[in-house]
Amino acid sequence: MATTPPGTDLQAAPRDENDPGTAVVSSNTPANPGLAPEHQRVTDLDPKEEKKAERLIATFFALSIVGSVFAAVAYSLFPIVPGDMQSVRNNNLFVGLGITVALLGVGIGAVHWAKSLMHGHELVEERHPTRGDDETRDAAVEIFSQANKESGFTRRSLVRNTLIGALLAAPIPAVALFRDLAPAADPIKKMKNTMWEPGVRLARDPSGLPIKASEVTIGSAFHVIPEGLAELEHHKIEEKAKAAVLLMRLPVEVLNEAPERASWSYQGIVAYSKICTHVGCPVALYEQQTHHLLCPCHQSEFDVANHCEVIFGPAARPLPQLPITIDDEGYLVAQSDFTEPVGPSFWEREL
Amino acid sequence: MSQTVQDKTAAPGRGMKFTGWAANYVDERTSASVAVKALGRKIFPDHWSFMLGEVALYSFIVILISGTFLTFFFDPSMTMVEYDGSYLPLKGIEMSVAYHTSLDLSFDIRGGLLMRQVHHWAALLFIASIGLHMLRVFFTGAFRKPRELNWVVGFLLFVLAMAEGFTGYSLPDDLLSGNGLRIIDGMIKAFPVVGVWMSYLFFGDEFPGTVVIPRLYVLHIMLLPAILIATLAIHMVLLVVNKHTQFAGPGRTNDNVVGSPVMPVFAAKAGGFFFLVFGVLMLIGSLFTINPIWNYGPYDPSPVSAGTQPDWYIGFADGALRLVPPGWEFVLFGYTWSWNILAPTVLLIVFIGLVAVYPFIEAWITGDKREHHIADRPRNAPTRTGIGAAGVVFYAVLWAAASSDLIATHFKLTIEGVITTLQVLLIVGPIAAFLIAKRTCLALQRKDREIALHGYESGRIVRLPGGEYVEVHEQLDDYERWRLLDFEEYKPLTVRPNDKGRITAGTRLRAGLSRWFFEDRVMPVSRKELEDASRH
Repeated sequence: MATTPPGTDLQAAPRDENDPGTAVVSSNTPANPGLAPEHQRVTDLDPKEEKKAERLIATFFALSIVGSVFAAVAYSLFPIVPGDMQSVRNNNLFVGLGITVALLGVGIGAVHWAKSLMHGHELVEERHPTRGDDETRDAAVEIFSQANKESGFTRRSLVRNTLIGALLAAPIPAVALFRDLAPAADPIKKMKNTMWEPGVRLARDPSGLPIKASEVTIGSAFHVIPEGLAELEHHKIEEKAKAAVLLMRLPVEVLNEAPERASWSYQGIVAYSKICTHVGCPVALYEQQTHHLLCPCHQSEFDVANHCEVIFGPAARPLPQLPITIDDEGYLVAQSDFTEPVGPSFWEREL
Repeated sequence: MSQTVQDKTAAPGRGMKFTGWAANYVDERTSASVAVKALGRKIFPDHWSFMLGEVALYSFIVILISGTFLTFFFDPSMTMVEYDGSYLPLKGIEMSVAYHTSLDLSFDIRGGLLMRQVHHWAALLFIASIGLHMLRVFFTGAFRKPRELNWVVGFLLFVLAMAEGFTGYSLPDDLLSGNGLRIIDGMIKAFPVVGVWMSYLFFGDEFPGTVVIPRLYVLHIMLLPAILIATLAIHMVLLVVNKHTQFAGPGRTNDNVVGSPVMPVFAAKAGGFFFLVFGVLMLIGSLFTINPIWNYGPYDPSPVSAGTQPDWYIGFADGALRLVPPGWEFVLFGYTWSWNILAPTVLLIVFIGLVAVYPFIEAWITGDKREHHIADRPRNAPTRTGIGAAGVVFYAVLWAAASSDLIATHFKLTIEGVITTLQVLLIVGPIAAFLIAKRTCLALQRKDREIALHGYESGRIVRLPGGEYVEVHEQLDDYERWRLLDFEEYKPLTVRPNDKGRITAGTRLRAGLSRWFFEDRVMPVSRKELEDASRH
């Protein structure tokens, strides 16, 4: 290879396959006793047993045929009658059992054949090092050197580097192409607004009937959506995922309200976002005695008496409160939207 | 070979004539005989634990077959429709087409429920068997040279299998899977800088949007399976190139492989085993309900049922989220850092990252560059086994945490008590597991040594003429004994200056780890010890 121009020669990495590292290589190891004597099976020794095994295997294969046919017959023998759950169950059971027999028959037969009748002796095969032998590796190195020489990949650095640049730049269009996976509107603005606005009535989920303050007795809790949500044509679920609210009435003396939020409740009736501030599950479990809300997904607990502050679990922030009051007809209405984004935290939340 | 000679001398029957003609036809067009010659009598060693990978492979084939059936009836659209199928309790309820067609598959298509259940059970078995297969490979050191890369390929398969599981779980668009997506949405949003946009692009609008199920469907039935099959092919090719490991035993050496040839024994066993795996999955699918989506109802962001849990293989991630103490969030320069989500995410990435690179770490510590084809018995690598036990316990605690509420209600404990206990266990458990497993291994090694040298206690008490009672020790035969003898030990690395006369930080770290690994060790029995022992 002395004739190759400088900068085109390639060298094989040195071989290190025999380095034992920190292993203790002893020359004083006991000797391998060699293969143990062959174990003779009953089918090897007794022609009667051999015949018996043969018949057994054939029986399994025949059983498999029966299973296949049965499954096909069961398909029409156990039809599904609309509305009849028992018919669904029977169809599932008998078609399934037929196929099961068909499959297990083949499986058990084949494995039993291999274990009892096929040549059962252990055979030995030599291993070879995984690396190619020296000759092969030299030939491979030679091919790369040759290709390098003929293309000038190393020598023509301008061509090579611009090629690498071009390949690195190739994915750029993809970055732009994926922008329209979502609409143009700014998601952050959307996330900070919900359907709640001044005067929107609190309605029952899912019926959409508005709730009168007089209907909310002490200790009761309501799953609430904004009035009008049930009639939405578009984005109903998206709006619900932000606007879902829990409405509870506590004895006034239990409520421990901050002075600036004292006007957000009405006679002990409080409304809080139902969307967990951890990762967004609905905080659906209300313990009436302790006034605690529990998220069933990750067990964050919120204290309704203290502005839903976190008392246990992975959530970091209290549930946002919806300021409420009543309208002329005595229905509960929102005073405004939530004063902070609902649901899980995100990078731009405080901006 | 004598057999081929026999075949030639036997008069060929009609069937044989056809087979010969067909084989010739194919070979002249594909040189198939080259492949048959190279692979047909390849030897595969036998051990029950080698079946775990086979279970994974076969359950994947079952997934492909049952999944294809499902695609003929399932429509991933999120368009809202009114239910008019034959399941009465949901009649008239508004739901997505995806949920509707999932219900149709269950209640109106004959064999549809069967295929759905077989698909789901096979998916669970797929991930479970990959996990057990990885544990087998880890604890027997089968990831050592030349198989480190195949370990990484297998690791990728594990990650892909979980991704397939999660995307598939989400498709029916029922209440439970919708809440799962909600949690993913919340986790993505917590990501610094790009979180909101990643979620927005993924869901194609605000959560849940109307495109995420079709997108997950494309991932689930096209992109992920394509990558999975390609990765699986690499895994198989490397398996053939490296040949399978075998356990120490009489006649087995690092330079040979002892077992059954592919044709016919291994092919019959493995082929039969495919039918057994398929048959058992079919049996489970016919007898046991899995994921009864009709009980959950369609996705709605407001309701959720108590005892909500993901499929078990996502449990460890869900558990990690649950174990974070309150208040791990702060605002810096107006930007929100949600460490209650980022910390468990980072923890999980580090954990599975360590799993992926472990072979390289161990290879660096031992400095061993030789090929290893004899699988270790776990006891003969005490520190590795300890590390594995610690990893298993770490995973198990996270997994248990995903059921914290069910543990609390079932055993009548407080939810706070369960979580706090698991938080402590997450740190203490792995340490205890490491120490117990390592000490147990060393004790077992000493026992092996004792048995190899002096035989095992036979339980036969003999009274000697002098009145003394002794228990007779029986010797193992040579073949049995060899299983106890054939392993190698490492000694701690001695720190030496390099050619510049310096001791680098890397060397110190390596020596420290090496000492931690190999300081406590039981050396294999030497020939001399064996001879001395047999003399008296």
